[in-house]
Amino acid sequence: MTRPPSPLRALARPASLSFLAMVASGLVILFGAPHVLDTFGLVQMTGFTAMAMFALSQGFIWGYGGVMSFGQAAFLGLGGYAYAVGVLNMGDSTVPVFLAIAVPMLFAGLLGYFMFYGRISDAYIGVITLTVSVILFQLVNTTSGSQYRIGEAELGGFNGIPAIPALNLPGDAGNQLDPEGIWYAAMGSLVVVYMFLRAILASRFGRVVVAIRENETRAQLIGYDPRLYKLLAFMISAGIAGLAGCLFANWGGFISPTVFGLTMSAQVIIFVLVGGLGTLLGPILGAVLIQWLTIEAGAQNVIDSNLGLGAILVTFVLLIPQGLVPVARNLVLRLGTALSGRRMRAKPLGPAPGTALAGEVRR
Amino acid sequence: MAPDLIGLLGFNVLAGIATLALITLGLGVIYGMMRIINLAHGEFMMLGAYTAVAASDAGLNIWVAMLVLPPLVVGLIGLVLERTVIRFLYGRMMDTMLATWGISLGLIGLVTSIYGNVVRGVSTPVGSFEIGRYGASLYSLVIVAAACAALAGLYLLLRLTKFGLILRATMQNPRMAASLGVSPDRIYMATFALGAGLAGLAGGVLAPISGISPAMGAAYISRAFITVLGGGPAILTGTGLASTLFGFINELVSFKTTPVIGDVALLVAAVLLIRVLPQGITGRYLRRSL
Amino acid sequence: MSVSPATKPVRPLLEAKGATMRFGGVTAVNAVDFVLGEVELRCLIGPNGAGKSTFFKMLTGQLTASAGRIHFRDTDITAAHPHEIARLGVGIKTQVPNVFNGLSVRENVFVAAGRKKSLARTRAIVEETLTRLKLTEIATRLVGQLAHGQRQWVEIATVLAQEPELILLDEPAAGMTKEEVERTAALIREINRTHAVIVVEHDMPFIRMIAKTVTVFNQGRILIEGDVDTVLSDTRVRDVYLGKQAA
Repeated sequence: MTRPPSPLRALARPASLSFLAMVASGLVILFGAPHVLDTFGLVQMTGFTAMAMFALSQGFIWGYGGVMSFGQAAFLGLGGYAYAVGVLNMGDSTVPVFLAIAVPMLFAGLLGYFMFYGRISDAYIGVITLTVSVILFQLVNTTSGSQYRIGEAELGGFNGIPAIPALNLPGDAGNQLDPEGIWYAAMGSLVVVYMFLRAILASRFGRVVVAIRENETRAQLIGYDPRLYKLLAFMISAGIAGLAGCLFANWGGFISPTVFGLTMSAQVIIFVLVGGLGTLLGPILGAVLIQWLTIEAGAQNVIDSNLGLGAILVTFVLLIPQGLVPVARNLVLRLGTALSGRRMRAKPLGPAPGTALAGEVRR
Repeated sequence: MAPDLIGLLGFNVLAGIATLALITLGLGVIYGMMRIINLAHGEFMMLGAYTAVAASDAGLNIWVAMLVLPPLVVGLIGLVLERTVIRFLYGRMMDTMLATWGISLGLIGLVTSIYGNVVRGVSTPVGSFEIGRYGASLYSLVIVAAACAALAGLYLLLRLTKFGLILRATMQNPRMAASLGVSPDRIYMATFALGAGLAGLAGGVLAPISGISPAMGAAYISRAFITVLGGGPAILTGTGLASTLFGFINELVSFKTTPVIGDVALLVAAVLLIRVLPQGITGRYLRRSL
Repeated sequence: MSVSPATKPVRPLLEAKGATMRFGGVTAVNAVDFVLGEVELRCLIGPNGAGKSTFFKMLTGQLTASAGRIHFRDTDITAAHPHEIARLGVGIKTQVPNVFNGLSVRENVFVAAGRKKSLARTRAIVEETLTRLKLTEIATRLVGQLAHGQRQWVEIATVLAQEPELILLDEPAAGMTKEEVERTAALIREINRTHAVIVVEHDMPFIRMIAKTVTVFNQGRILIEGDVDTVLSDTRVRDVYLGKQAA
């Protein structure tokens, strides 16, 4: 796999500009969309936003942390269910939103402790996270019947939990947000999470996380404990995925075990891979693009969505492993330098010897 | 506990261990030899099951449909996929995982397009027998026999044939084997086909006792993955030991609770195990075994 | 029973007692006693497979001794993790360059310098280190794109930026040009004015450039230890090591 560009390098000069541009376009979409789109379009966009948030969580832990978290759906599902159960019991949505973030984080903390402190190989981490999500799926699937309830909330097995109350302004439980309000909440939190992740990556903590991805041994020999940094990054990612799950539950007012499913974990991998590993914009765009394609394909009944996703995944791994955003960025750079007639000074994202992501490879 | 109940439980534990060994072996061969975690393993099993369905629908002898055709068909499919996709990704562990995941989704989609998203079945070709007051399925004996045959066959293949010798050499030291003039390319191709074939066999054998649907693979892979991780690098010993350990835990917990809780117990046991033995059982013990 | 610090005998900077490393049936390092004083420069030499690299890895926490104890000043580091040993003030350059390939030279040094220090202090250390090792010119280049010798220098820079008290260098001159080797030797002598240094090395001319005291490993044990000229003229050393080297 092609090495993702260094986020630290990206933060050098044009970075603050690109950051401002990103946040500005986020805000334009946030406040512009309700004026341009009808309610149906806005609801669809809210769904995209939830998936984009999910993609950010994967893009952060995989692209920057170098952790092959292949069961990210576990955290999405835990977040969604935590919100649903919480809000059905409490009425007011404020605490449930925090639960949607905290429950997956704690779960990731526990799981991550065993994985990272057990010093198991990267590939095993991929397999274990994947397995955990599959088992959670099966577990929640069997909770049909009224004996499976947490307080007021019946888990509902494979039918899931219907009629989940939407977000409300804190302390005003009777006043649930309308679709437009939920759009503002979803897109607003996407912008905030994006800014949060940019801040993390620019911080010393973020630099160490990336350094560990690049060379765990060196990071250790400098005096950083990779286990701790990976664990914290894993927990942050899980919290973001949980927030995405909360948005997802709000978007449909409904949640079912499919949020834990393999397809969900695969989808978010595809979002990140298509958009570009090692970027934050890539996962967001990848999520929107793939979701839109899935809906279009489904509407026209052209192709089974699994078949399409599988084909996209294989194609990108074989032919465009660096993803669309880095490819586009390189193209623009190349075009720019060609136009200005100078030799290219910026280095393309050349493959580096021994990628840190490849993990335990024998050959 | 009544003796007949203990007998039934023991019988079920044996069948559980055999099932686990059967569904793990194909995955273990590919991982042990090639360091590739084949995320399409469950779908290879699914293809094996569909092969059995299609063949028995076509009027073929049920035993041929279940035991002979699935490994051949799926082995061939594995060969084609190795040539068209996997071989370009050797040495890139993450990419092979992603590619096999893509293959997994693609196969689910393909079979859904052909057969529809419905559950199908094959009738069990043998009846049941009694352990005291309880009825036990004779078919479990078929599974135990199939698992033993697969393990023994693989052992003989590795021990007695030239191909097996090369495989073992490659497993011990890929670079050395390559320098001896053995083409690793050919070996990997054959290994992948062998692993796929074993998955196909598992699918065929388990077809009568599982609901056959495009997404059925997901029900098996978590157990198969856990067993491979727990077993470690030695394919046969690892699969055997881990199947025994995990099959025991799984059946016992399933018996007391539900099969899903049994899977949860399996996962917890595996996570605890790799916390102590990060390389699996044979990563620490019996390292030189097969 | 408590011993007050004043009455405690002063421990050397680094001390290994009976350090042993077994892999399965093979004993790679066998009951090695080793003492390093403050601001000492020591070279570890020996033929391939003599156990010096294994011993080195035991000192850095990459391997945990099967038996024996290792102390850094008053701290028992026998079972410590690499990051814990690093935090005590031990800087390590490994045999295969361990650098952050995807980061620039400056970022590499920054990450190394930045642990538990203020941003201003970190920046000062980074620029000072880059200047000292003449890396300022290539500070913005990605390390993965540099030549092997340059990457060695980047790694040495990351080690120095940690401001360690003891520096362990595993084959620092490997793959370097003649001029680079001479620069490295000069740098090691300069570092040694204020820091203790252990160098594992094969290259005999290089050893002669820097060494004062030499420890020779053979078959997992210390064969002889002493002044560089005495050791290198010892017949046993010639037999196990120099003979091979000359061949």
